Parts: sequence; structure tokens; C-alpha cells
Amino acid sequence: MSDAESPPDDDVPSVPDDEIPDGDEFEPVQVFPDNELDLREGADDCYKCSTCDTNCPVAEVDDDFPGPKFQGPEQWRLKQKDDHDVDDSIMDCSNCMRCDNACPSDVPLSQMHNEARGEYVDQQMDKLSVEYWRNRVLANYRISAWFASKVPRLANAVMGNSLVRQVGEKVFGVTAEREFPEFAQQTFRQWWAERGGPQVRSEDKRVAYFHGCYANYNTPEVAKAMVRVFEHFGYQIAVPDQGCSGTPMYANGMLDDARRDAKLNIKEFSELVEEGYDVVCSCTSCSMSLRQEYPELFSFEGTAEVSASTYEAVEYLRIHEDLNDAISAASVDGPDLAYHAPCHARNQGLDRQAVELFRDLDGVGIEDVGESCSGISGTYGWKAEKYDKSMAIGEEMFEHMDEAEGETGMTECPTCAMQMEHGSGYEIRHPLELLEDALVAA
Amino acid sequence: MAIEQDVLVVGGGLAGITAAISAAESGAHVRLVSYKQPTLRHASGLIDVLGYTPDGEGPIVDPFDAVEDLPEGHPYERVGPAAIEAGLDLFDDIAGDTYEGNHTDRNALVPTHGGAVKPTARYPDSTAAGLASDGRDALLVGFERLVGFDAPLAAKHLAAAGAPFDARGVTVEFPVELSADPKVTRFAHLLDQDKPIGGGTRGVRRALAELVNGRLDGEARVGFPAVLGDDHPREVRTDLAEHIGADVFEVPMGPPSLPGIRLEDRLYEALDEAGVSIETGNPVVGFEADGDRVESVVVDRTGNDVPYAAEEYVLATGGLVGKGIDSDREGVEEPVFDCHVAQPSDRYDWFEDEAFGDHRFARFGVDPDRELRPMDAGGTPEFSNLRAAGSVLGNYDFAAEKSGSGVSLATGFHAGRLAGEGAT
Repeated sequence: MSDAESPPDDDVPSVPDDEIPDGDEFEPVQVFPDNELDLREGADDCYKCSTCDTNCPVAEVDDDFPGPKFQGPEQWRLKQKDDHDVDDSIMDCSNCMRCDNACPSDVPLSQMHNEARGEYVDQQMDKLSVEYWRNRVLANYRISAWFASKVPRLANAVMGNSLVRQVGEKVFGVTAEREFPEFAQQTFRQWWAERGGPQVRSEDKRVAYFHGCYANYNTPEVAKAMVRVFEHFGYQIAVPDQGCSGTPMYANGMLDDARRDAKLNIKEFSELVEEGYDVVCSCTSCSMSLRQEYPELFSFEGTAEVSASTYEAVEYLRIHEDLNDAISAASVDGPDLAYHAPCHARNQGLDRQAVELFRDLDGVGIEDVGESCSGISGTYGWKAEKYDKSMAIGEEMFEHMDEAEGETGMTECPTCAMQMEHGSGYEIRHPLELLEDALVAA
Repeated sequence: MAIEQDVLVVGGGLAGITAAISAAESGAHVRLVSYKQPTLRHASGLIDVLGYTPDGEGPIVDPFDAVEDLPEGHPYERVGPAAIEAGLDLFDDIAGDTYEGNHTDRNALVPTHGGAVKPTARYPDSTAAGLASDGRDALLVGFERLVGFDAPLAAKHLAAAGAPFDARGVTVEFPVELSADPKVTRFAHLLDQDKPIGGGTRGVRRALAELVNGRLDGEARVGFPAVLGDDHPREVRTDLAEHIGADVFEVPMGPPSLPGIRLEDRLYEALDEAGVSIETGNPVVGFEADGDRVESVVVDRTGNDVPYAAEEYVLATGGLVGKGIDSDREGVEEPVFDCHVAQPSDRYDWFEDEAFGDHRFARFGVDPDRELRPMDAGGTPEFSNLRAAGSVLGNYDFAAEKSGSGVSLATGFHAGRLAGEGAT
């Protein structure tokens, strides 16, 4: 029995006293109160061009949202005097992180937002409010999913019940508009244990798989595809104990929860990195978190090493294998695909990867449905008060999906997939599943 | 294992895009890598070639006449007039009928948001009815809550500059209820969508036109801040003109700039059409060399250093604003390849005391040979397969000369073509 199946840890450390410095080359930026936050340089780098504001999907549909320039550098300056609270509009930021990519001057906008949101939740939010607990439960999806996975049929029946959903909205502020994702009858980790772990051994080609919560509890077919594709290329795969990557926790300002899971993840994965493993993720928000947010927010021993060894799965194969040749020589039997690049993939420079790769694959057409945000942003679009905003942001993507030839969707991000399915009714696939079809199943 | 291509272009602004397309036209597989969104989004969208001489004389009537007299080392002197023409031709092909000005070598005079008049070689068709050489009277219309354009002030400035027509400025409340500080894209998208307002059937465009009609006093043309649509600028303009009964034009604004964003969109479409691979979001942080050849560059992919190998490289990372040239108190550097950047050793000699003085820093950049290879302090190319284009180049002050776009096009074309030929 692994940690992923053991009851969740309720111990929430509030002081990062177990974080230790990590060698000369790594200087973490502390963004927590009491640790002399210094984002001064980042704030000074802002020359007010407002490029971030014109890229913000929330500001696009909500004229009252002040935008990333305010949430980041301007609010940071205001906060240098003690008489300013964090503006409550920080909770309207969806943490898509597009502002990071937009800024021509390297201002660490999402880092500033994470810090402000963390402070807001910590110091200004009512810990007895429904909103706080709703957000806390959404952010800790892994815990609910762990319970549900024990009784998946029952959980699916209950969560699929429209009365339950109505009550969920009225009482708890979770929108009744969306259908809850189904829990798999067998989790990925159960499957992995049942098959006896890795089927390929290698001294020099080793990857440690960070499957995250969704591919474990909801879409194990994506995780299985990852395993089969990487074993096809001769990789020895390890699946260590792991928690949530932290993405939904940052987005809800629950930094203590994020730290709790990050501590486990960094411990487990850094040991494998030391043994020569690279870390591979199938979810682009998980890879984003391990790569960018971990070193921004945490300084556990091994943080820098894990960050510098983490890749998205297809990206890893493109770098280390001749994936283009393999794909050019293969063929599959449809259907045509409407591909959406998740915002967090965009921030890792991966937004064109799937289309460029599968363009050369015989038997399937693939089309990018444009650069807009899907609008769901993880837990954001599940909140009753954010649902309409989330759908308004997604409108452009839905239109482009409708115009695209393909009537099957494709994306790397599980919640973008939910939104695509919700708005179009299409079945949504993951690039790893198509790679499996093309290279392994053939 | 390195990611391989024939030509690697570093930088996604006007120079990098031009270089990538020009290299792709020679049959090379080209990849363009760009860290952040380019400063094209800051740009007015005007494609200037040369508005003033380096000595400040002008406005220049025909930039091609003036190019011959530029000092040695100026990017135009390096590439010659043929490359300037070829760069403009490449641009004209891409821009199609969304730009005007290619009927003549002479500069057009386009009023900008402060009421200044800018000499420029090409201009968005949205600005065409606003040319300062046109004798028809103009009404300039600003919006409350859009602080970047003060129409009455701009009109007075135009009069003071001696424009051969009467300009009058008025400010109106945009016909849709807005927050105190709306984004420029908000105005553009409201006009794009043209949804009915106030529960009636009247769209945003018609409502705006009616507001303006009440203020019109026989002017034959009406200028708005350049927010008239993002996706459908032509339809917005046409509808406004029809409802107002006068020609409608845009006045280019500061950043973020819709004409710059529209141009960026069109240029990235052209990259796709040319078969260029594009990666944005990660910086190039270093390189590996073997003797005088660059073997690969290192891309920092969110923490992982990944080598990208090519036969030829084009450096188009921008100038001081785009961070292709960086400085601190100790000195000025080109951060990717550490190419030589000539600079006075005393930091106090980098600038003049007058705000609009002849600042040395404005001309900081790499110093190229005639094939646009950056040279070391001794005048030898730093690398045989590295070329530079756009504002990473030194020896010219694009802001004072009004030559930024033209230099990007000419040097982008030249560097891209040589790189493409060298790689195939």
C-alpha cells in the first residue's frame, strides 16, 4: 500500500521551519510573510506597458477586474505601507499565468499574484465562511478523490445525481451546471501495482512519473498510455508516492496545503533524481508547478534538482528520442482532432508542440483552435459565482472548436478537457493516447 | 540530443519574423524561438524607413535619397538600398491591402496621438484618411476613460505644427458603460462585437456614430484613437464612416497598441504560411561554439537546459527595451552570445544632460560587418554563422531617426536570406 492510498495527512504546517537552503547555486525567493519578501526588483521592472492586461482572459470578460498589472506590481507597491489590505479582486484571478508569458520585461507576475492571494486568504478571509471551505475542498481535490476511489460506483452515482448537484450549488457554492468527472473503477496506481510495476529495465533511460491526481483517479487511460509509450522507447519507469502538484492550492491561496504536498513530492522525486531519473508529467499544470512554482515558493532540500529535471511527457520524448521520425513513419485511423493548448502549456513553450508533431502523422488531421484560454482554470470554473465568467472566457474556444474539421478534442490539461467537453460535447483525448495508438498499438 | 533545424532565429519581433520568412523562402527549415511577446505590441504599427537624418534634419521627403549619406556602420549603410527595398517588398506581400504607402518612395505624414506628425514609409489603411498632407478639415474624437488620447490637445498640437487643415478635438463618453480604467482592448472588442445596447437594436458602432454626429461641424473626416476593432477593424471603420457620413481614420497610440497587435497577428500567420516552426515562452540563455562556429544554443525550457542546433543563427533579440541589449552599472552587454558592444568606459558618458540630447546609449548595440555578422572589438566576425538583425544592432538611433521598422525589415531580410543560403 502506497501513500497515495493511505488516508490524507491532516497535519498542516504553518511555519516552513523544515525548509533548508539548498547549496550555493540556488537562491529561492521567499514569498511568505515574516520572511522579508523582496519582489522589489520585479516590481521595478514593470514599465507599465499594460501588455499583461491585454492578455488577461478574466479582464477580457470582466471590465471591473483590475488586471495583472494592478494585482502584481501596483498592489505590491501599495502593500509596502501597512495601511492597505490586499484587494479582494485577487480572488478573481484564475491563475492562468498568461501574464508571465506576456510581460516583455520579465516581471514575476504570477509569483506576485500567488503571494498576494496567499496573504489575502491567510489574513483577510473568514476561515469559518462557506467560501473558504468550498475553496479548501476544491483545492484539495485529491482528498475527495481518494475517498471516492474507494467506492467509485457509489461516488459516480451520488455526484451524478442532479439533486445532489443542486444542493451542492445552493449550500456549498459549487456550480450545478457541470457534471462531475467520473471516477475510474480502478485507479492508475492499482493498475500499476497489479501489473507488477515497471516491465522494462534500463540503467540509463529512467523516468519517474508524476501522474498527479486526475490521471490516477479519473483518467487512468492517459497514465497507462504514458507507461506504454515510454516503455516502447525503452524507459524504466518509477511511480513513487506523490501528492497534489499544488496548482489548485496556489489558485485558491492555500499555500500551506501546497507546501504539505510539495514536501512529500520533493522528497520522493529528488531521491529518484539523485539516482539518475528525470521527472515526467502528463498534465501541463503539474509540470508547470514542479518546474516554476516549486522553486519560487519552496526551499526543501532537492527543490532545485527536481525543478531542473522535470519535463512534460511529449516534450521529453521530443528532446530525447527521434519522435518526429517515429511519427512520420506511423499511421492511425482518425478521428480528426481539434486541439486546444492549455495556458500552462503555453507558459512552458509547449503550445505548438502537439500540432507540429501530429501534423506529420498519417491518418489524422489536427487543427489548433486558437490561442484563447478555455476559461475553466482548474477549480475556478467550478465555483458557482465564477461559472458564467468561465464560460464567457471559453466562448472563443467553443466557437473555434465548432469551426474546426475535427469533432474530437485534444488537450494536455484535464480541466481544459472538462471545459472542452462541457462546451462542445466532444470526446477529448490526450496526446499520449494518440502516441500510444500510433506507436504502441500498431 | 539537440533539437535540430537549418536556421534558428532568436527573437520574435519584426526583425526576427522577417529573417525567419526570408530564410524559409530559400528552402531552409527555420525555427523561431521567442521568450516573451514581442515589443511589436508597443509599436504604433507605422512602418518607418527614415524620417530624420542622424543629425536631426528633416522630416525627410524621400528616405532613399537620404540613405546614401548615412555614416559608415549604420545598419542601412551595411546592407545597402537593395536590402531596404527587398525588406519593404517582403512586408508589402505580407501586409497586402491592410497597409498603404507602397505607391511611392516618399514618406507619408501620419498624425499620432500627441498631435505630432510622423514621417513614415508604410501606414495601416486605418490611418490613411488622416494624413497630414490632406487639406480636409478633421474632427478628432477622444473617449473619456481612455487617457492615452487627449483629442483637444492633439488638435491644438497639430495646428501648432502647421498642419494645412483645421483640426478640432472633442471628448465623448463611450456609449457603453465602462469601469474607470478600461483596457484598450475592451473598446476594440466592444466595437468588434457591435452588440445592441440599452435593450434596443442600435449597435455600439451606430451609437458611437450618433454621439459624434452631434459634435460634427462640417468636417470631412473624423479621427479616433486607434482602438477601432481588433479582429474586424475594417468593418468597424466602414460602419462608423457610413453612420457619421465622413471618412474615418485611426490615430496611432502608445502601448498597448491595437495597430501593433493586428500587425503581430498578421506576421505570425505569415510565419505559419511560410512553414516556420515557432516556439514562444522560453529564453535562449547561452551557446556552445567550436572555433568560430556556433554549434548550438541553449534554451532554458522552464528550468531545463535544452540544446538547439542549426547551421546558421540569426540574433534578433531587440534593443534596450526588448532586452536584447542589457546594461547595469558596470557596463553594457549582449547577453546571449556576449558579442562586443562598443561603449564609453565612463557610465556618465553614456548619456547627455538634455532629455532629447544625442544620447550615446540610444546607439548601443552590436557592430556588424556587411553580412550582418557581429564583429569583435578588432573588427573580426565573432562567429562565421551568426548574424544580427533589428534593434540589437548598434550605430543608429531609431527613435530619433524614425527608422526602427525599416532597419528591422532590411536587416531581417538580409540576415535571413544569407542564413538561409548558408544553411541549404
